[in-house]
Amino acid sequence: MRSFVRSAGTPLPEKGAEAAGLVAVTKRFPGVVAVDDVSLGFRAGEVHVLLGENGAGKSTIVGMLAGLQQPDEGQITVNGRPASLTSPVESLASGINTVFQHVMLVPTLTVFENLVLGDDWWRRPPRALIEDRIAGLQRDFGLRVPLDAVTGDLSLGEQQQIEIARALLRDSHVLILDEATSMLTPQGADELGERMRRLAERGIAVVFITHKLREAYRFGDRISVLKQGRFAGEIAPEALRAMSEEQAIEEMVRLMFGAGDDAAQPECGPARETGPVRLKASGVATAGSIEEMALSGISLEVYCGEILGVAGIDGNGQKQLAEALAGQRPVIAGTIELEGVDVTRASVGKRRQFGLRYLTDDRLMEGSVGSFPVSDNTVLKQIGAPPFWTCGVVRPARIADHARDLIKRFSVRTPGEATPIGTLSGGNIQKVLLGRELSDAARVVVFNKPTYGLDMQNIAASRRRIRQIAEDGIAVLLISTDLDELIELSDRIVVMDRGRICGGLANDPSCPSEMRKAIGRLMVGEAQVEEAA
Amino acid sequence: MSASDAQAVPAPLDTAKKPQRETRLMRFLLTTLGPILAALVTSGLVLVAFGINPLSYYAFVVQKGLLSGLGLEQTLTRMAPLLFLAAGLIVAFRAGIWNLGVDGQFLLGAVVAAAFAPAFLGILPGWLLLLSGFLLAGAVGALWSVLPALLRAYQGVNEIITTLMMTFLGVSLANVLVKLVFLDPETTVPQTRTLPVEDRLPRLFDTTISSGLLWALAAVILVHLVMTRTAFGLKLRTVGANPLAACHAGLSVPRLTVAVFAISAAFAGLAGASEILGVNGNVRADWNPAYGLMVIPLVFLARLDGVGSIVLIFFYSALLIGSESAARRVGVPQDFTLVLVATLLIFLGLAEWLDHRRRKAGG
Repeated sequence: MRSFVRSAGTPLPEKGAEAAGLVAVTKRFPGVVAVDDVSLGFRAGEVHVLLGENGAGKSTIVGMLAGLQQPDEGQITVNGRPASLTSPVESLASGINTVFQHVMLVPTLTVFENLVLGDDWWRRPPRALIEDRIAGLQRDFGLRVPLDAVTGDLSLGEQQQIEIARALLRDSHVLILDEATSMLTPQGADELGERMRRLAERGIAVVFITHKLREAYRFGDRISVLKQGRFAGEIAPEALRAMSEEQAIEEMVRLMFGAGDDAAQPECGPARETGPVRLKASGVATAGSIEEMALSGISLEVYCGEILGVAGIDGNGQKQLAEALAGQRPVIAGTIELEGVDVTRASVGKRRQFGLRYLTDDRLMEGSVGSFPVSDNTVLKQIGAPPFWTCGVVRPARIADHARDLIKRFSVRTPGEATPIGTLSGGNIQKVLLGRELSDAARVVVFNKPTYGLDMQNIAASRRRIRQIAEDGIAVLLISTDLDELIELSDRIVVMDRGRICGGLANDPSCPSEMRKAIGRLMVGEAQVEEAA
Repeated sequence: MSASDAQAVPAPLDTAKKPQRETRLMRFLLTTLGPILAALVTSGLVLVAFGINPLSYYAFVVQKGLLSGLGLEQTLTRMAPLLFLAAGLIVAFRAGIWNLGVDGQFLLGAVVAAAFAPAFLGILPGWLLLLSGFLLAGAVGALWSVLPALLRAYQGVNEIITTLMMTFLGVSLANVLVKLVFLDPETTVPQTRTLPVEDRLPRLFDTTISSGLLWALAAVILVHLVMTRTAFGLKLRTVGANPLAACHAGLSVPRLTVAVFAISAAFAGLAGASEILGVNGNVRADWNPAYGLMVIPLVFLARLDGVGSIVLIFFYSALLIGSESAARRVGVPQDFTLVLVATLLIFLGLAEWLDHRRRKAGG
């Protein structure tokens, strides 16, 4: 960080020139494709908003630009030239600075010490020079940087200003603000918006990551929307300027929740005959914490042979709902009934005996034990049960037979049943889990994001399977963040928002675009009202 | 044993069978024999620095620990407590629980067995006396793990810290018990009453090998079978490999955790009993062989495998016995054994790391 010495800084690229970019970048993690063939350009003098839900790939893109992760395919460019950012040091040296969602300052050090942290250790920090430059930043951008304050005593907004100041001291060309408003008060967010504008006017390429639509409109010049790791579309500066706030939000909703490809007409059979109530939740609530959304007053019924879709922006209590139903999460109020039997206090195993199955969205960390062979994973929820164990002693041949049968029926691609499941692809792990949950006497199945991170072929296969089991008379609760999937499969759809069910409607697969809009509005509606207030 | 050596190995996973076998051989050489040789050479250099011929030292070790009749008997006898400890550690580590408090559990088990057996001598028949001594020691060992177990299972408190702390308390408590409660009034040195040799565990055939060895071998093999062949073992392994998945599969993770602690600590208690009821006959104050800390790395090097542990513990015992006498004969301090062992562990760890890195690089 010799940048303090070169106080004049390197010249910024010309306004409108591309300061950094992604060219056909793909990044895979075990089991999921986090970023899929995304190309983006961040231009000098522009506030570029990256918009998308959780899991859309925003954080992974930030991680790659910050040098924390490397793309598997494609390239990152800096000033139009290919660059390999294999470490945060190289990323900083290329003029890319990131202000992360969570403050990355040492709370026990003073602000000055935090600013010079990572500087050459043999050199005395150039205090006078830094004071000089900080004064300039204060003048130009209204940044308040009390150099001798202990960092931990400052508010989050003030700490964020210090991070921005640090980035500017390092002469960044590209400044990434990752969910930077999530910790701020509405007023603080507005100030940040103002500051981003001034930074852009100075010729810096500002990348602003958010999932809040109003902020995207108010602060951004250009909006790029990501959806499940893919580039879903963008609103160029001229178009954005021409739009009213309502129009822009309408367009963003369309890009975020709209159909991936309009060509694929959802195949929808005749309306299913639905029978008696299989699963009933009444006023279910769970305890929350700082990191976890609490559920409150969740009531729903799933009928025999029906698919009830649960929509909502990721992280609004869907996982908690699935876990509460499956028995993995204690319920503090309300009741859960399976075919009229109160199972609110029943264990996971007991509920499984009643025919309840839960297919987790976390297939790697929760659904399977990666180091165990496929065969053991197929019976993981039946450990000790006959016929695979007799008197507690394992019958390996029977487990292997069962596993081979499952591999065949669910067309799992694996070298064999003895292969550690962690080495399979996400789609194949999902097939094994699907086979495990559906293999015997399932009566109610809870799916949590069953097709998340899968490729098109596996998505289609999984959806066929879900439709099939509902036709066989099983009650299905389908939690998904993919509206197309919900509209294609569900009989009814409810929408979750901040741990509650905020609305519901009967599904009409014949006019998907209307449905999409109606649900999309429920999903963002309330959140927007609160933000505006 | 350098990085360039490691890279020189071909990575032919996808090619024919022969290179694969070569790779496996290379791996064995690299991760097992290599470090042992490196440790012998390095320790030898230390001996040379002392002005001692390392070859004669090593020759004495082998001669005493493996080749001489009496030495071999001592080696086999020494294995018994180590094997019991290994059994307990395999259960714990396979279930992902770091029971590092085996020494405290061991010592308390030993003290209780040493207090119990002479007191009930003549009241209970011989076999029942020994059996109850073992069971009591196991129970006391398990008892000493209750606090870390509950804290871990229900509060998520890191058991590495708590079991280590409990071991310090356990060692001190064992000392207090020997000096204040179970003191033998007839001796001047503070120790418990001594169980006569003829009332201890019978010896094997005409040798001095304690039959505790057989029970200890049985314990390790039993643990190995339970962990690999039973539903209970698979449950424990699931909890160890992925607690989230265990919870998802409906296993009661807290209850299994407590069970693991109890079993592991009970084996440590049994180890204490086997040393007292089989070999020593009493516990002297301030006696703490710290076997547990020696066995932990061995169990890991055996990759938590029962048979592998038995083999490693055999050689380790031979080294312990052999080096005691070798140190005396060539005139180096007793503690030189620790230098040798420490060097060996460092090199084995290094080899493991290199191997891991190489495999990661290879795909």
